[in-house]
Amino acid sequence: MENLFVGSAAGGSGDRVDAAAPIVATLIASGHPAALIFENLAERTLAFAQLAKRANPALGYEPLLDAELRPILADCIRHGIAIVSNFGAANPRGAAAHVFRLAAELGLEPPRVAVVEGDDLAGPEGESLLRPLLPPERAGQPFVSANVYLGAFEIAQALQQGAQVVITGRVADPALTLGPAIAHFGWGPQDWDRLAGATMAGHLLECGAQVSGGYFADPGHKDVPDLAGVGYPIAEIMADGSCVIGKAADSGGLVDLRTVKEQLLYEIHDPAAYLTPDVVADLSQATLVQVGPNRVRLAGVRGHPRPATLKALAYFEGGWLGEAEISYAGPNAEARARLAMEVVRQRMGATMPLRFDLIGAMSIFGDDDGRMLSQQPPGHLQDVRLRAAGRHDDQAEIDRLLREVYSLWLCGPAGGGGVRTAKRQRLSSTACLVPREAVRPTFIFAKP
Amino acid sequence: MSNPLTVAIPLHAIAHARSGDKGNHSNICLFAYRPEHYAILQAQVTEQSVAQLFSGRRPSAVRRYLLPLLGGMNFLIENVLDGGVNESLNLDMHGKALSSYLLSMLVQLPPALLPAAGHDGHHPHTG
Repeated sequence: MENLFVGSAAGGSGDRVDAAAPIVATLIASGHPAALIFENLAERTLAFAQLAKRANPALGYEPLLDAELRPILADCIRHGIAIVSNFGAANPRGAAAHVFRLAAELGLEPPRVAVVEGDDLAGPEGESLLRPLLPPERAGQPFVSANVYLGAFEIAQALQQGAQVVITGRVADPALTLGPAIAHFGWGPQDWDRLAGATMAGHLLECGAQVSGGYFADPGHKDVPDLAGVGYPIAEIMADGSCVIGKAADSGGLVDLRTVKEQLLYEIHDPAAYLTPDVVADLSQATLVQVGPNRVRLAGVRGHPRPATLKALAYFEGGWLGEAEISYAGPNAEARARLAMEVVRQRMGATMPLRFDLIGAMSIFGDDDGRMLSQQPPGHLQDVRLRAAGRHDDQAEIDRLLREVYSLWLCGPAGGGGVRTAKRQRLSSTACLVPREAVRPTFIFAKP
Repeated sequence: MSNPLTVAIPLHAIAHARSGDKGNHSNICLFAYRPEHYAILQAQVTEQSVAQLFSGRRPSAVRRYLLPLLGGMNFLIENVLDGGVNESLNLDMHGKALSSYLLSMLVQLPPALLPAAGHDGHHPHTG
């Protein structure tokens, strides 16, 4: 059986929209069976999409869907390259309607668009399933969103029935790749090693360029050619579930043992037990070999029977985050920034959890309670930016924090400049495990 | 810990790393550039030394998973993200930069294993 080529054109909502065209051109030139995925759904993205849908029921899917698909939809349909994406977010049917509109604009026949459903547990039926599984402190807090991570088999069935575009909400990210592999090779639900191999191919693809030289460069230590033109990855998946990771032709970036190793363990806890809805993948015997320029082969991934439960994630309103910054530079700048910090701290009192950073001295390595910053002896930095951040359920209290930093312009130490303030609503999440049999994943073909 | 027969250098000179987050936990994978440095990582970048490095952020536990076939290891550092992406007040609420913090750790190398000046991290087969 021919190998399957899967290209990845996005690693998150807001990723580059010019990524797909070079991948599609490479897939077409290869002449092999192929699929194209867009991973557009980080954990919080779906909750924000649910808020967008509340404001306008026609929205709630990936805002960049049009920009992602417009350059490549016609080519993919013409060359039989299936498009699989979680860009349905909170509204997969809305996304399908958008695909039909786009196809019409491009002068195409309506494509066969499948929509995978069953992940959304925010409705009454889902809520009655989830509530008993959530901790008591969540009682009475309404859901912003609640979704269970679905697996790959609905995607696979939709493809086997002729879908040209498969739109999902929440599925496990590797399922976007595993689904096309199951459909192509005809694997069953207990082909554990094969499912695990293709799951890890999907894991390597799901963050876009992070496996092909993105998020990797460290000048002089880990150099990446033409990082500005980094190519997005393509996995060549074999019938045994192993794969070779490559990238779009004539692109920048780098696929080598180091880039693939870093991504192989990205966001993984126990490498011998990577839990997904379809299989438990085991990397303990996995091997990587450079088999050509920008080509790395992953083999030896083993699979164990899938978990009895599926992960669900519920989101709730989480109050307000306020952030405000002001800069000090020149002689005695650090001492002035530290004085400004003490002024804000004293005037705010104990109204909310507050964090201070001295950007230039210590910012992101420090802890929220400020112990690490307080242990750092004052120095003589000459360009320091003070940042204050706080959270509170009451927006008025957040406004007070922002005004305290703003008024440093008038009442604070000498020479402060560049005040910026921002506030935004936060979301708060709780994960739980639901029994697999309580979840009913399904798919439908959308009507143009 | 100092030893007259060894030289202290930052982990950054012999290894590379990437961090990821899930909830309030951070994982950091760490790989030696050269196979002969894997034993150094195994001996010196331990659950204890990583817990010590991150003590200012008070993780509740550090677990290490060795992957000798890949020349590396994975650290799971629990409850180190001040609540994680939804709760933390940190600019880097994901802890994306914690891999760089790990690479600032000092390790002791015998002089024979020191990376050549100006070529640390260069991988002749893949560079």
